[in-house]
Amino acid sequence: MNLTWMAWTLPTAMFFITILVLLCGMAFWEFVSPGGNPRVGVLRFETTRGDRLFVSLLGSAFIHLAWLGLVGPNLWWALALSVVYAIGVFRYV
Amino acid sequence: MEKTWNNKAWFMVLPVLLLVAFSAVIPLMTVVNYSVQDTFGNNVFFWNGSDWFTEILESERFWLSMVRNLIFSFTILAIEVPLGIFIALNMPKKGWGVPVCLVLMALPLLIPWNVVGTIWQVFGRIDIGLLGYTLSALGFDYNYVNDPTDAWATVILMDVWHWTSLVVLLCYAGLVSIPDAYYQAAKIDGASRWAIFRYIQLPKMNRVLLIAVLLRFMDSFMIYTEPFVVTGGGPGNSTTFLSIDLVKIAIGQFDLGPAAAMSIIYFLIILLLSWVFYTVMTNFDAER
Repeated sequence: MNLTWMAWTLPTAMFFITILVLLCGMAFWEFVSPGGNPRVGVLRFETTRGDRLFVSLLGSAFIHLAWLGLVGPNLWWALALSVVYAIGVFRYV
Repeated sequence: MEKTWNNKAWFMVLPVLLLVAFSAVIPLMTVVNYSVQDTFGNNVFFWNGSDWFTEILESERFWLSMVRNLIFSFTILAIEVPLGIFIALNMPKKGWGVPVCLVLMALPLLIPWNVVGTIWQVFGRIDIGLLGYTLSALGFDYNYVNDPTDAWATVILMDVWHWTSLVVLLCYAGLVSIPDAYYQAAKIDGASRWAIFRYIQLPKMNRVLLIAVLLRFMDSFMIYTEPFVVTGGGPGNSTTFLSIDLVKIAIGQFDLGPAAAMSIIYFLIILLLSWVFYTVMTNFDAER
């Protein structure tokens, strides 16, 4: 199958593989511990771990955009901040 | 009794997953790939890193489109929501007038967006359009083709004409669900018209109003067809909203990289709004 029209690059492939691995990990987590672990956190409404992953990924995207707009093109610190944010979301949301 | 979890049922959604992958995920992946590269055609790409994102985020053009879009969204909300409530409150609750009003209200919603745009494009013309000709005949200096204020007024009026019905129908649905006993109790207490609205009707409408506000905000934030048909984003860039600007960059200038970066930023904003919408809706359902 010719995929050149999709203009793949190594970094974007790694990005999507990471997302895929995260989704597979979540599926495995659900298989091991079904039910999605619903709870009410700081947002004051019920979230499952799928919701927490979504909030983490969406928030990370905005963290990266804010970093690009306000700080500069070096995104490693934005990535570190996103990981801290994601841990916070999974712990407290 | 403990609930039985059967995760094998997830395989049933596999066909849908494949369809969504084909129609949405793969195109989205391509957009992400384009957003970090530059091309001069012939399917040859050069790595560009996050430069297009930086360019879009620092571009005055993007932020002006965003501001215009937000002003447009909040303006139509400020008009459509009170007007929709007012019309819904004054619609008949029983008798032959109910189906007549409901059909009349539903009519604008049934018209395709590009047709609405064409209707208003002709309606507003000063040479042959009823609105434009009448305003000119009355001595108003109205011309939506070359005056930004007139273009904005036309686009807003068009959206109000097209979408207030949605707010009306949602509010009406909320109003007819109020039992008569509430009104009888209010009558016994000698409540004023305002008190009935404030303490009976408005609280009963708050859920549908929330749906109406969120739906209209999201829809107006993504608006493209109607203003594009009427004004084409002009005069100048005065009615160029985000989606119109995006199409200009992608198809007009064929700058695929910046257009892809802008698409992703736009998509993330819409995704955030959709999540808020979904969360608010599901939590209201849970409360109920």
